[in-house]
Amino acid sequence: MTETLTEAQPLSFEEALERYEPVMGFEVHVELNTATKMFSSAPNAFGDEPNTNVNEVCLGLPGTLPVVNGKAVESAIRLGLALNCQIAPYCRFARKQYFYPDTPKNWQTSQYDEPIAFDGHLDVELDDGEIFRVEIERAHMEEDAGKLTHAGTSGRIQGAEYSLVDYNRSGVPLIEIVTKPITGAGERAPEIARAYVSAIRDIVKALDISDARMERGNVRCDANVSLMPKGSSRFGTRSETKNVNSMRAVEHAVHYEIRRHAGILAAGGSIVQETRHWQETTRTTSSGRPKSDADDYRYFPEPDLVPVTVTEEWVAALRAELPEPPAERRRRLRQSWGYTDAEFRDVIAAGLLDAIEETVEQGAAPAVARKWWMGEISRLANARDTEPAELGVSPATIVELNGLIEQGRINDKIARQVLEHHVDGEGSPAEIVAARGLEVVSDDGALTAAVEKAMAENPDVVEKVAAGKLKAIGALIGPVMKETRGQADAGKVREIVLQKLGIEG
Amino acid sequence: MSEISRADVEHLAKLAHIAMTDAELEKMTSELGVIVDSVKQVQEAAGADVPATSHPLPLTNVFREDVVGHVFTAEESLANAPDAEDSRFKVPAILDGE
Amino acid sequence: MRPMLRTHGSKFRPSWMGSEKKMTTTPAELVRLTAAQMAAKLRAGEITAVELTQAHLDRIAAVDGTINAFLHVSAEEALETAAEVDKIRAAGGTGAQALHPLAGVPIAVKDLIVTKGQPTTAGSKMLQGWMSPYDATVVEKIRAAKLPILGKTNLDEFAMGSSTEHSAYGPTRNPWDTGRIPGGSGGGSAAAVAAFEAPLALGTDTGGSIRQPGAVTGTVGTKPTYGSVSRYGAIAMASSLDQIGPVARTVEDAALLHELIGGHDPKDSTSLPEEVPAFSEHARNHQLTGLRIGIIKQLQGEGYQAGVLARFQEALEALRSAGAEIVEVDCPSFDYALGAYYLIMPSEASSNLARYDGVRYGTRVLPEEGPLTIERVMGATRAAGFGEEVKRRIILGTYALSAGYYDAYYGSAQKIRTLIQRDFEAAFEQADVLISPTAPTVAFPLGAKLDDPLAMYLNDIATIPANLAGVPGISVPGGLSYDENEQGLPVGIQFLAPAREDARVYHAAGALEKLLQTDAEPLWAQIPELAETAGAASSSVVEGAN
Repeated sequence: MTETLTEAQPLSFEEALERYEPVMGFEVHVELNTATKMFSSAPNAFGDEPNTNVNEVCLGLPGTLPVVNGKAVESAIRLGLALNCQIAPYCRFARKQYFYPDTPKNWQTSQYDEPIAFDGHLDVELDDGEIFRVEIERAHMEEDAGKLTHAGTSGRIQGAEYSLVDYNRSGVPLIEIVTKPITGAGERAPEIARAYVSAIRDIVKALDISDARMERGNVRCDANVSLMPKGSSRFGTRSETKNVNSMRAVEHAVHYEIRRHAGILAAGGSIVQETRHWQETTRTTSSGRPKSDADDYRYFPEPDLVPVTVTEEWVAALRAELPEPPAERRRRLRQSWGYTDAEFRDVIAAGLLDAIEETVEQGAAPAVARKWWMGEISRLANARDTEPAELGVSPATIVELNGLIEQGRINDKIARQVLEHHVDGEGSPAEIVAARGLEVVSDDGALTAAVEKAMAENPDVVEKVAAGKLKAIGALIGPVMKETRGQADAGKVREIVLQKLGIEG
Repeated sequence: MSEISRADVEHLAKLAHIAMTDAELEKMTSELGVIVDSVKQVQEAAGADVPATSHPLPLTNVFREDVVGHVFTAEESLANAPDAEDSRFKVPAILDGE
Repeated sequence: MRPMLRTHGSKFRPSWMGSEKKMTTTPAELVRLTAAQMAAKLRAGEITAVELTQAHLDRIAAVDGTINAFLHVSAEEALETAAEVDKIRAAGGTGAQALHPLAGVPIAVKDLIVTKGQPTTAGSKMLQGWMSPYDATVVEKIRAAKLPILGKTNLDEFAMGSSTEHSAYGPTRNPWDTGRIPGGSGGGSAAAVAAFEAPLALGTDTGGSIRQPGAVTGTVGTKPTYGSVSRYGAIAMASSLDQIGPVARTVEDAALLHELIGGHDPKDSTSLPEEVPAFSEHARNHQLTGLRIGIIKQLQGEGYQAGVLARFQEALEALRSAGAEIVEVDCPSFDYALGAYYLIMPSEASSNLARYDGVRYGTRVLPEEGPLTIERVMGATRAAGFGEEVKRRIILGTYALSAGYYDAYYGSAQKIRTLIQRDFEAAFEQADVLISPTAPTVAFPLGAKLDDPLAMYLNDIATIPANLAGVPGISVPGGLSYDENEQGLPVGIQFLAPAREDARVYHAAGALEKLLQTDAEPLWAQIPELAETAGAASSSVVEGAN
């Protein structure tokens, strides 16, 4: 047998797409935010001391038995419905058997040929608003493995002297969502990859079934890529890039794999069916292990767990309580608020859709809500190195603050100060205004005196106004503000000036 | 004779993570052959239209409330560990990354 | 035809039987009482729990060097529990009234069932020294009811065997003839009860591991309906077949223990939701008129020893003359039960035993040469930690589940399971309970079948169908076998009932037990007196040994 070429210089992305059509597939693992694990009552919590969120079940001790977390099953059904899937009226768990030290029983309890949800689709929205439909093969329930730390010189699995195992994550509920092969993506394949993972994240957040924090591994993506020559409909050999854990990385990984495959194929080589690892620093993938006949998982129905049956009534009840799909919700809000596309994109990017929606629901005009959240609140959050939504400003506070402005009791500048004092914990806007004596000066005596003083000190301005250049009044407002320490109402100042000069406003 | 070869048994031993000597493989191959031949009759008796039974009693939907129960301290978790370090189980190097 | 019951061979006749009026009971007499009698004497204040427990500990010290029923004896803990019971009883009032009827009656636990504070080995080197940090649900119940736990009993490694010869800690011997096996896998529990080392014991039954030892040691053992007793804390062999059950010398005692350990457990998903019926009342109901008893055509004749069949026929006669209606039922799929069992059981076992890899607990063995990788450490650990029979079943199960063979083997076996359930359903239309010999042979000599796995597997031919279908079964003594080779060894009679109808097996077995007694003497009264070796305690029975 002659040596087959399995490595070559990657082609440019453009050249790759001139010659080949990419086919993608995704396996996304979503960690649920249940209080307990999938099959045991140990807590599902992140970041604690190793091996303290475990009991005898999580450690796979002799004699232990699993019991299904009912809430996790409900989460799986809700996610299935949100992905437009069929829900299986009857399904079972299965043991997927392989030896690995992070897997305490040396099998993973999963689902095999009877997933709880199957045959769905998800419409993902691309940057230019185009919709691309991704077909969903299945969504099934399973458990997470423990966490391995490799000790030794490299800190990586290769060359490690030994490894340490923490089973805190062992048994955390997972839902694995598997797509059907995605064809017809062409040059937009990397963008579709990112948009798909982003859409899954949005959905699980909207369903409130996962914290969906990719940096913590709450949402993990395995990306399969293969190429077929233009005009062909026969899928090529695929590679599977494991655990690509940011949306940007998913996009880059698909981009790179298309180029890598194309380079090998164009040079007459062939693709090795293997798992690959994403390298964030070089934005490339590296070879993992080849798929072999050792991958004989010997699945069989889990005898220690009884089957799950889902009635039509149960499905109907869960369907009735589903939140609006995130994509639909965004379309609706954009239309009703009248933001420009750019404004709306910025709001989403800032993660302030929920905050603004709630502020509007409580009575603020959409433009006002956007002004506060995207403006002063974001500025304050930035200065304090936190997220706007985590600053502790409630939509009701914004509505109250804006009301004070509309009533003429404070002006914009004072309002910004009030907001900062509120964030510092000084109370509600009205309380702060009262306590700090920030209400605008509207009593005529003090204000009139300030206006008279300003007019006396600026005769040239008074002259211009008297000559009919009403815009010049602005030059008097500054000195009046100074005199009243900012608490004057600009409209009132104008009124008094005009009155003094006998001009009809 | 049986359809189980020595190579099959070698592969099965690898799947099951049991190290076996040549002599053990030989013995296991012949014993397994006899057993497999004797259980083969089930294939003929099991008609295509017969449903499989995975659970002897027909229970369904046994669920647990999502309420946190007891946990172990790290010390308790590691009490029986053959080797441990930093509150974690210690294992020799892993060659084969999943 | 020989008489139904013979008293020869009985070198020991308990004095309480002959002289009821005697007020004090010697330790030798105490251990020969039934659990129900012990409980009654405790309640009446005639004996204390400490006396009773000490009598059993003394008996263990005297005879277990010969029998090797116990892998671990927990004298201190047992006496503490007994003292607690005595204290509560002495204080009287509501505390004493709230005591469980079996409080203070000692019990032995098969070493496949996990216990806090006592080692659990599963009869394997793999778990040597392992201390469970939790109690099995049945152990929690026993502790709550304050039965002193005498210790952990021997078994075939991970319950894989029919003779207890596959224990990594040496075989257990049959008290009827110490050159013979006590059955398996629960030979330790059965022998302990037969040798008067314990009045009660817990067993587990995957293919007959309670009933077949019961049969060959002349004791009673029940495999409850699947899900009747929680499996939480029973080290799994084959999850869909395993069931914990009671081991005792009388049907009533077994029923009393079943009542205590049965019932729903939220920690076991396959646990039945029902309340536990009063099995002991059924065990005391000896009225047989109108009870339809079905003989299973497939479980008699060829392969069964003549002596076994003779006792079986006598049992049928006795039942018939007491008013039962004997019918014959046809269960054609039972012919495939053994084949299906030897596919399902090893498949599930190969999976359940995957966790023993030297990472989290138990033995870790390093390879003698070559690089030190986790894969090679796992391979070496499992090679050294498991015995031959366990490895045989793991490899067989791995084969039956592997890609390309699943449908032919595991899949087909699960279909046979459906057919066997259907056979049972049809049979229970014609009969209230079914009857068969429990095992095809009496106890065979140690070593006789050790090199022939297939011959060993045949021991379970009559007990396996119940496990595959999940229905309850009991083995009750049917007298002693006498044929040209085997002289005076116990024969077991098995009753089977529909799932959730465990009460019926207690009824039928209780009635048969009564019918077969002559001069009010139970079969176990004929157990030969064992030599009480003074130095016996030095072997395996010392507290904390092994």
